Amino acid sequence: MRKLPKRKRPPVAPARLDSTRALREFQRLMKDAVTRPLAPGHLMQKVWSDGRSTAEVVEGFVKPNDRLTAFERLQIYNRMYWFRIIDSFYEDAPGLRAALGEKQFSTLATAYLTKNPSRSFTLRNLCSRLEEFIRTQPRWTAPRTALAREIARFEWAQTMAFDEASHPVIAPADFARTSPARLKLGLQPYVRLLALEHPVDNYVLAVKRRDALRAEASNATAAEHSEARLRRVPLPRRERVWVAVHRVDNRLYYKRLELPAFKILTALRDGQTLNRAVAAAGRGVTAEQVQDWFALWTTLGWLCRRE
Amino acid sequence: MPANAFNGRTDYGIGIGLRVPHYTHILEQKPVVDWFEIISENFMCGGGRPLQILDQILEQYRVVQHGVSMYFGSADKPDREHLKRLKALVKRTQTPWLSDHLCWGSVDGTYTHDLLPMPYTVAAAKRTAEKIRQVRDFLEVPICVENVSSYAEFHVSDMTEWEFLTEVVERADCGILLDVNNIYVSSQNHSFNPYDYLNGVPHHRVGQMHIAGHTQFEKYILDTHDHPVLDPVWKLYAHATRLCGVTATLLEWDDRIPSFNEVHDEALKANEFIADAQTAQKKTPARRTRAA
Repeated sequence: MRKLPKRKRPPVAPARLDSTRALREFQRLMKDAVTRPLAPGHLMQKVWSDGRSTAEVVEGFVKPNDRLTAFERLQIYNRMYWFRIIDSFYEDAPGLRAALGEKQFSTLATAYLTKNPSRSFTLRNLCSRLEEFIRTQPRWTAPRTALAREIARFEWAQTMAFDEASHPVIAPADFARTSPARLKLGLQPYVRLLALEHPVDNYVLAVKRRDALRAEASNATAAEHSEARLRRVPLPRRERVWVAVHRVDNRLYYKRLELPAFKILTALRDGQTLNRAVAAAGRGVTAEQVQDWFALWTTLGWLCRRE
Repeated sequence: MPANAFNGRTDYGIGIGLRVPHYTHILEQKPVVDWFEIISENFMCGGGRPLQILDQILEQYRVVQHGVSMYFGSADKPDREHLKRLKALVKRTQTPWLSDHLCWGSVDGTYTHDLLPMPYTVAAAKRTAEKIRQVRDFLEVPICVENVSSYAEFHVSDMTEWEFLTEVVERADCGILLDVNNIYVSSQNHSFNPYDYLNGVPHHRVGQMHIAGHTQFEKYILDTHDHPVLDPVWKLYAHATRLCGVTATLLEWDDRIPSFNEVHDEALKANEFIADAQTAQKKTPARRTRAA
């Protein structure tokens, strides 16, 4: 007979809290209660994960008062948790929201955040596993899974480009001092390279413009507001593009790249020497093209010395 | 206390929180402000605009770091990577003291991003104090812990919140960031007398105070930081200032943030209560307090 996997014992309320172990058990129980998905109407679920009533579980560790039951008191935290992380998720993924539409995006948000609660001290990293989630659980984004994955990648790249570290840029003298066979250039961590099957850069930009207009319209007349609200950004058609998401003077930019340039930058990012990186571009690339690209990348501050 | 070991022996006045909607005003108009409180986590990144703005602010203003994710009360050990990032920021800002909350919010590495209330027991106090000491030793900066507002109480608690706060800070030998708005909010939610709380904490350990606005619902009060400070909170602040002395004070306004001047003017109302407390102190002979 096949052995069933061991079921994780659900945390229970300790009768006394007289050790760190009991404190951890207590915190596990409360975390489970606070992070459980909300029921319709933004209310705490009435049934606990093991089939008991949630009220019974909560009454085991939370006191009621003269105005609120234990269930109602904990519900305040349950609602605040979801409102906070959903807000953050919506803020970080406006393009995905526009592409999927309100209903599907909301379902995806709950599914993703239930499966991937925050593992970081900052909400900035909330969407770091979103692309992987969409890839492995395509049902939440069907029939637009391929596009949804690319938008999720793109929007996460924006987060990274905004505040990842920047290293001292490479000096022209470094080029002269070291042989190209040995020179290892690095790519700034905030430059994110993306090979995409859809022109997601233009799409996300169009969504941002529409949302900015929407915000302005909210201060204008109701008719203008309604018109802006209803305008849908057309979904992008298939087209291969290579994009760098980066920042200049601490503002985000998207730069389209030619495929050979993309290959050189990818090779540099992956630790290849300058010679090998240029070779990665393939045939048909002229020395002048390569020089122009390097001149531009140096001006943009994309290249740094690899330690 | 105006200056003590818990606020780096500084005598800062009235500050406000550094918030994104005010960046342009501050950098262009350069208003006179005693100090800014920053949320540490907003600047614990590798680079980009957050650190650029911070550096510009540091050129002109005094900055104190306030954290929201250290979770001194969590059973988990402090995250070493987190501490390293925080220490780098401490070096950058030269903050004279650092504050975070007397709460928990993560367990087994999962974060709720909330300031969850502690069960008030001696074991929890011991664990919390131990973590505060570890963090202080690593960061090499004085620490003040802030009382949080709460909406739930637990059966396992065997002391009041202010007894728990006292137990923790005495064991950790650290300071208190006394949030008078949070005391008021919790007092209404849990039906205790907020003056008992104020009278019951070790006043010589108070290194900073917070004031803020809140929102009253039918059956509870929520700590929303989206309003001016309400009268009962100002009264508590006046009482706290009489007990603790004139202390570095910060107005928190984090949602529906109005103009810089409106926030700053609201914060400066604290001066009125500070003056009253100073007058009262001159009239009455000084009480002996434990040296910090």
